[in-house]
Amino acid sequence: MYPSRFAYEAPTSLAEAIAILDRSGGEAKILAGGQSLVPMLKLRFAAPGTLVDINNIPGLGEHWLDKDGTLHIGALVRHEDLEYSTVIADSHPTLAAAAELVADPIVRTRGTFVGSVCHADPQGDWAATMVASGGQIIAQGPNGRRAIDVREFVLGPFTNALAYNEIAVEAVIPPATGTAKGGYLKLERRVGDFATASVAVNLDMHGDTVHRAGCALAGVGGRTIDANDAINGALKGKTLTPENIEAAADAVAAMAEPRSDHRGSADYKRHIVKTFVSRILSNIAHSEQKAA
Amino acid sequence: MSVDEIKIGGMGASRRRVEDNRFIRGKGKYVDDVVLPGMLHMEILRADVAHARIKSIDTSAAWEVPGVRLVLTGEMMAARNLAWMPTLSYDTQAVLATDKVRFQGQEVAAVIADDPYIAKDACAKIVVEYEALPVIVNPDQAQSPDAPLIRDDKENQPTNKIFDWEIGDKSGTDKAFEEADVISTIDLHYPRSHPSPLEPCGSIADYDRSTGKLTVYMTTQAPHIIRAAVAMVAELPEHQIRIISPDLGGGFGNKVPVYPGYVISILASILTERPVKWIEDKTGNLISTGFGRDVYLQGQMALRKDGKILGMRMHTISDHGAFYADAQPTKFKIGLMHSTFACYDVPAAHLTSTGYYTNKAPGGVAYRCSFRVTEAMFFQERMMHAAANDLGMDQAEFRRVNLVKDDMFPYRTAFGFLTDSGQYDKCMQVGMEAIGYDTFKEEQEEARKRGRLLGLGISTMTEPLGAGNSREYDILGIKMFDSAELRVHMTGKAILRTGAKTQGQGHETTWAQIVAHELGIPADDIVVEEGDTDTAPFGMGTYASRSTPVAGAAVAMAARKVRAKARKIAAHLLEVSEEDIEWELGRFYVRGNHDRGVTIQDCALAAYSNMPDGMEPGLENVSYYDPPNLTWPFAAYFCKVEVDPATGVWDVLKFVAVDDCGVRINPMIVEGQVMGGLTEAYAMANMQYITFDESGNCIGSNYMDYLLPTAWETPGFELHEVVTPCPHHPIGAKGIGECATVAGPAAFVNAVMNAIEHTGVRNVDMPLQPNRVFEALQTGQDVSGMPPVKVE
Ligand SMILES: Cc1cc2nc3c(=O)[nH]c(=O)nc-3n(C[C@H](O)[C@H](O)[C@H](O)COP(=O)(O)OP(=O)(O)OC[C@H]3O[C@@H](n4cnc5c(N)ncnc54)[C@H](O)[C@@H]3O)c2cc1C
Repeated sequence: MYPSRFAYEAPTSLAEAIAILDRSGGEAKILAGGQSLVPMLKLRFAAPGTLVDINNIPGLGEHWLDKDGTLHIGALVRHEDLEYSTVIADSHPTLAAAAELVADPIVRTRGTFVGSVCHADPQGDWAATMVASGGQIIAQGPNGRRAIDVREFVLGPFTNALAYNEIAVEAVIPPATGTAKGGYLKLERRVGDFATASVAVNLDMHGDTVHRAGCALAGVGGRTIDANDAINGALKGKTLTPENIEAAADAVAAMAEPRSDHRGSADYKRHIVKTFVSRILSNIAHSEQKAA
Repeated sequence: MSVDEIKIGGMGASRRRVEDNRFIRGKGKYVDDVVLPGMLHMEILRADVAHARIKSIDTSAAWEVPGVRLVLTGEMMAARNLAWMPTLSYDTQAVLATDKVRFQGQEVAAVIADDPYIAKDACAKIVVEYEALPVIVNPDQAQSPDAPLIRDDKENQPTNKIFDWEIGDKSGTDKAFEEADVISTIDLHYPRSHPSPLEPCGSIADYDRSTGKLTVYMTTQAPHIIRAAVAMVAELPEHQIRIISPDLGGGFGNKVPVYPGYVISILASILTERPVKWIEDKTGNLISTGFGRDVYLQGQMALRKDGKILGMRMHTISDHGAFYADAQPTKFKIGLMHSTFACYDVPAAHLTSTGYYTNKAPGGVAYRCSFRVTEAMFFQERMMHAAANDLGMDQAEFRRVNLVKDDMFPYRTAFGFLTDSGQYDKCMQVGMEAIGYDTFKEEQEEARKRGRLLGLGISTMTEPLGAGNSREYDILGIKMFDSAELRVHMTGKAILRTGAKTQGQGHETTWAQIVAHELGIPADDIVVEEGDTDTAPFGMGTYASRSTPVAGAAVAMAARKVRAKARKIAAHLLEVSEEDIEWELGRFYVRGNHDRGVTIQDCALAAYSNMPDGMEPGLENVSYYDPPNLTWPFAAYFCKVEVDPATGVWDVLKFVAVDDCGVRINPMIVEGQVMGGLTEAYAMANMQYITFDESGNCIGSNYMDYLLPTAWETPGFELHEVVTPCPHHPIGAKGIGECATVAGPAAFVNAVMNAIEHTGVRNVDMPLQPNRVFEALQTGQDVSGMPPVKVE
């Protein structure tokens, strides 16, 4: 690959990295796993003056649950770390379900969760799970840290809310107040394909009643689609009966903004969204019954 | 005391591939690994529009970039009579565009610079002013009366039609249709696919003015044809041209044609007097180099109530892109399409073909197939499927009624091919047993009651592999034979060179096995070399499954001639007359006295140190082999799928492949070829195509859009073998490199169709993406794959 000329920096501390970004005046780009940025460099869609490689900064590679069950994901946690995580399966089932569907096994060894959310690809899987789960991004800049709700962070296709001198250091995802349930389904043409349509559903269950429902979609609009209100409106305070599931699926499908292309018509993609919402919810209802 | 053939790695040994020693260590030596002193780097600027007149090209800013040595445009090529070059189908193709660009990705200018970064930077500084023209992306548009004329550069080309062609017996076929009880029809599109070898195309041209010699390292499957082509195009003497095709990272037909990049790099080296390297990127490879297929297949079949086929009509409408550059034998305008139905007893058949220019990349290469045989067999098996349904007859039964029987060989097909051997019904039986054919219908019905959709598809075929013979097959007048040169050294080791060119097929392993089989020299003692025109004997290269049928036969013949000479030496060493000498593998002995003998290695030593009086020293031979016929392998594939009615997603539950490729030189390599071919077949059936939007934008210009299957989604394949030796091949082998890509797609498609055709749908065009299958399920209507696709 023959990208445009760039300078390369590999700082070993966050402070140093932020200083470089600050000096660059917006000409620099952070390099995390490189699985989105490097292809863009190759195609010369991106031509930053400086690459700031954050892979040598210690302390960003961990993910953990704190005492109240909040999940923290450091900026260098790879997709693969979450795929093989022993801590998220019960607490954050939506993320756990998506982990093995992001990209392919090779990409998953390098690509980072936080980098994926920063990249704000409308087809990106992680942003959808974050939106469905009510997550936040912690940004750090010259003036310290701030927390940004992911819905205000992922602004549009390939645009996020970071200032040029800020680094996303962590993603934070709250726990359920009752039992966490969730799922992620993705229609892809091949392993490693971006979503033709995908659905993230996240439920906070109190007994067999839905306390809060979250949902987001990827691949069916010009950005990650926030379907939280749609699903919550249909399910909050209710049980997962076939009728309620149907209503939720319809409400979410109405939020999709798909476009026809070589992967399928807009109608087809909307139909897939609906099918996936009801499949995820039916699976949850089914497993509830089994557990009962 | 003869040597153990399997132990020495002879015929039938699943010998490990010797080339893998370097490949799996990352030590292969590809064109891009070659670095020459003073080498410059070339980058090509490609058109971003599909059809436009070039108003101006301003290269001044590119010349200003430090490190740029040369900027070439069509005008400069034209000044040297190199703006256009001949194609392999007697058409012309633009090297660098002068008047118009005719497809997106066409070569417009080239920059030669000190390094590839600079070349790319400078390319971006070239300003081309275009005047847009209407765009044609399918044959329907091409033949419309108000269509723009794509090839206005040509004389006598008033429309976008390239050819009309026909073969077969029209009146006999018409008569068969008059007598038919049932007439079945089918209408298909075989979408444009791309061989997409992992290594893209590239070349390093090195012209040395002091010696007048031009050396070109090139990604080519047919180095000798390239040498001849360069001699003609660049008007250089052939003995001063050396083409070296080093390790190739796959070819699949993509590396047969001559591409503009090769020609430009040669001129650039002549002008700069420096070696010039051009390595195409993956997008360049996908959007500009030889594609496969892109043909509409329309068929009709005349049938008797009892299932007997009476006759068959086929019409093809092919989309060749902007230049007619199919790589195929000269006589045949649409390759060997008329090999269709060769395994069935069809009394009368007629094929008509029309080809069109469109604003798409040229090519029509035989992507892992013997010149359009893939389309021919896909059509055949989709037609068979439809006809069985129309008759209300079982799919397997209908095929078995019509397959050529064992005692009918040699069998002359309706289109004039002569098939010579096979056990078609036996292959059917093996496959039906393995897939569980007899219980499937029950299983399908049971499943349907529970809302599950199962389907079973069959695809059987014989295909013509191994062109020539030279009477019928030539490319640009050069006859399609092949060659081998075997030199046995004094210590009994040997070097073998052929006119073929391996690209993953494993020649370095299997050719040595043939020599081991003929001479008893251990395969490990034989080194195989191909691809250098200064050292290898003349040959037509490797494609169309022709290496083993042609070059492989030449290897056996060269070894036999060496053995004949060794026999004379043995007689001399054993002091008996030649008639008293017997041969067993690796050894001559005196008839009636088995203990008195000499090994082939003894004879080799004597050939250099103790030859009989009057005998020429040395032990070597060059053989040219012109096959008496093609070889005809047979395949019977069975595929079982489940379709998800809510999404249209389908999964392969089981796939059984029965292949009869005659004698297997290396069974492991044969299995590898079948596995790889089935994977590609699965890709074409399931996910892969290069399509275009209405502006002629190529959708499929990168590997996020043009999908190559990985180990993750590729189903498992169960392989079976039946062996019917080829009666005319010296070692009884038939081609196998392409059987699975050719016969595979229809097995998948027929299986999916079988699962959904209760809705009334007759055809869904490949690739059977979930959305297409779902649409068919919803509407019961056929789903066409004809571009343009609608992209909002
Ligand atoms: C073959 C292939 C298939 C893929 N398939 C999928 C798929 O199916 N689904 C999917 O969701 N993704 C897919 N991806 C994308 C992959 O998940 C990327 O890893 C991810 O989008 C970006 O993460 P990264 O760490 O590689 O980021 P990088 O490529 O390093 O960076 C991406 C962008 O984010 C910025 N950035 C990165 N980290 C930070 C940070 N800490 N702070 C601020 N800015 C930052 C960078 O500057 C850059 O602009 C695929 C990628 C490939 C190559």
